[in-house]
Amino acid sequence: MAVAFDEMRETDGQVRPVYAGLDKWLSDLPPDVLDHRRREAEFLFRRIGITFAVYGEADSTERLIPFDVLPRIISSAEWNTLRAGLEQRVKAINLYIKDVYGRREVLRAGIVPEDLVFQNPVFRPEMNGLHVPHDIYVHIAGIDIVRVDADTFYVLEDNARTPSGVSYMLENREIMMRLFPELFSRHRVAPVENYPDELLATLKSVAPKTASSDPNVVLLTPGIYNSAYYEHSFLADKLGVELVEGRDVVVKGQVAYMRTTEGLKRIDVIYRRVDDDFLDPLAFRPDSALGIPGLMSVYQAGNLTLANAVGTGIADDKAVYSYMPEIVKFYLGQEPILKNVPTWRCREPEHLSYVLDHLEDLVVKEVHGSGGYGMLIGPKSDQATIAAFRAKLKSDPKNFIAQPTLALSTCPTCVEEGVAPRHVDLRPFVLTGRDKIRIVPGGLTRVALKRGSLVVNSSQGGGTKDTWVLDV
Amino acid sequence: MLSRTADNLYWLARYIERAEYLARVLEATMRLTALPLAYVGTSNEWETAVATAGCRKSFFARYDEANEENVTEFLAFSNDNPSSIRNCIEIARQNARSVRTALTSETWETINGAWLDLKRFGNGPTSREEFLRFLHWVQEISLRFDGSAYRTMLRNDVYWFSRLGLYIERADNTARILDVKYHMLLPADEHVGGPLDYYQWAAILRTVSALTAYHWVYRESLKPWLIADLLILNEQMPRSLASCYENLVRFCDSIATAYGRQGLAQRQARAVRTRLQNSRMEEIFQTGLHEFIGEFVSDNNALGAAVSSQYLM
Repeated sequence: MAVAFDEMRETDGQVRPVYAGLDKWLSDLPPDVLDHRRREAEFLFRRIGITFAVYGEADSTERLIPFDVLPRIISSAEWNTLRAGLEQRVKAINLYIKDVYGRREVLRAGIVPEDLVFQNPVFRPEMNGLHVPHDIYVHIAGIDIVRVDADTFYVLEDNARTPSGVSYMLENREIMMRLFPELFSRHRVAPVENYPDELLATLKSVAPKTASSDPNVVLLTPGIYNSAYYEHSFLADKLGVELVEGRDVVVKGQVAYMRTTEGLKRIDVIYRRVDDDFLDPLAFRPDSALGIPGLMSVYQAGNLTLANAVGTGIADDKAVYSYMPEIVKFYLGQEPILKNVPTWRCREPEHLSYVLDHLEDLVVKEVHGSGGYGMLIGPKSDQATIAAFRAKLKSDPKNFIAQPTLALSTCPTCVEEGVAPRHVDLRPFVLTGRDKIRIVPGGLTRVALKRGSLVVNSSQGGGTKDTWVLDV
Repeated sequence: MLSRTADNLYWLARYIERAEYLARVLEATMRLTALPLAYVGTSNEWETAVATAGCRKSFFARYDEANEENVTEFLAFSNDNPSSIRNCIEIARQNARSVRTALTSETWETINGAWLDLKRFGNGPTSREEFLRFLHWVQEISLRFDGSAYRTMLRNDVYWFSRLGLYIERADNTARILDVKYHMLLPADEHVGGPLDYYQWAAILRTVSALTAYHWVYRESLKPWLIADLLILNEQMPRSLASCYENLVRFCDSIATAYGRQGLAQRQARAVRTRLQNSRMEEIFQTGLHEFIGEFVSDNNALGAAVSSQYLM
């Protein structure tokens, strides 16, 4: 594996211009201050209750995501490229989903294999031929980006269903400004605090035609036991919209209403953080207690906008991912600005045989997996694990893709031995409204706190950082 | 506001108020049981504490007799008792978490902080000193909750529903202690009073944090009918039934005005307050204190049910 690109220091130890201010500040800092601030940050997170749940852990239903007090810095020039690439990619994703549930030109042209769509469990036949308000399916996208050298950013994954993490982007900045006013006085950091306003504007812009000029937007949560409940309540608060659970909503005559202390009130837009499967027990999983019976009938009648739309999963699983560059070209006639990580599709025999021959060097992922579960990191696995995985892969090759082990870029991070480089990724959030696409500068940086680790997922010991976009 | 939000706010306040009441019951009982038997008689104060907490039935389903160990465990820390102090704080926090967007950060942090601190006390006290500290801590949580709500919350339906929960619970608590101890509060001519009762009366007042208030209001040594008057009819006394209903009428009316609609809850609150305003202690004793309290408890429950069906469902 190649030596990772460090975002702060060149290989000769030179500090990159964008990190110069931070470097100077760090060297001026009396010892122990960082450690002290780190503990203060943890205290604040716990008091405010910024927690998440890890499923399957008996004792700790609520845990903190470790927060690293050193910011990750991106130059505004780099950001401008990223932003253009993100806009392009999300535009293509929306066109692709509309096409798949509509004319299916992309399938007829042979760009994407049919079985990848129709045999995909996240494909929703209920959406066939349905016109969603303003033809927008993915209103909120979280695109995971990794960096491998000074010039190359790859898209690692598209999240087009219910991407989470934006509350950490916002809270991390708040806590940083509270802990390090001096550091902020030395930098001009592009703000992210307008994200809730941008999100609300986006959601209102996509209200159905039946809505009044001031549409009623609500946020639908599975409830307090959901791992991202903190984020749901945080966003509802910042948006100034009601945080509803399934039991707060009733459907009458193809209109959705919420139960209030003053009677029923009509709902126009649902920013839903409940998965398709659980949304409507009459349409999807009948055992869902989180859902709203009849919601799909309201949606199909055109009286409701769901953000994101139902069935967007066909755009973000890892098998479709490998076709994204072709999808961008097909709909926009442009070269993709953001590259994909080179990907072998195990469904294709040539690719499979290459993957089987190089398991020791590759990362193999399940097509429908997420959260870093169910994957093989070849270089970090022993022979027995690789052998077991080989068997799994052979028995169902369609279910896997493989990628080279990327040397993810590193950033200075506060760890036990002091400040040391750790691998990071980036999840910017892309908002698509009727009028335009909105992206606040930055996103959520996740960091693998263990030395050498490439797994940044919060469920597996990853942490987060504030992300700065800076003019140099 | 979502009905569920109103429901959560209402129960959040009820459970915090209940936790404080339980802490007071336990503290007063500890004091009584620390006195020589000759001062307090031979009744089992721990059994009385269980009755005052309103969970005699569930307690004796688990234990054959009441003693300090099992009553403190049951009322303060037990996971099996849905209304133990621990569970009150757990449920209050669950409700708060569901509506945290409706709470100010001060109020939320009080509840969340209490819930985090609760773990510090583990599975129970290791000593009486520690237990007493725990009881004081619980009372402090309630003060902080109340204070932060009073000082930081907007005066809108969020605040009003939380106050309804608080005052309905408070009225219920005061009525319950009167119900358990009514036989000690009968007027002088019917009552075989003795020095025994003095400490019982003091304990009643302590449970509703009114011992000092009593002296300021009546400037007399403890008299049972005055204690009853203080807890039932005295509008200056924040835990009296009269004061609770003054507040309940006020907050029910605030909601009705804001929503532009009156209902059963408003009528019920006003009816109970009118009855309290028109009552005199002599008449209450004549018709029977026990009957009066019993009627009040069911009226108070009826108000709870009316609020619930009118707004919370």
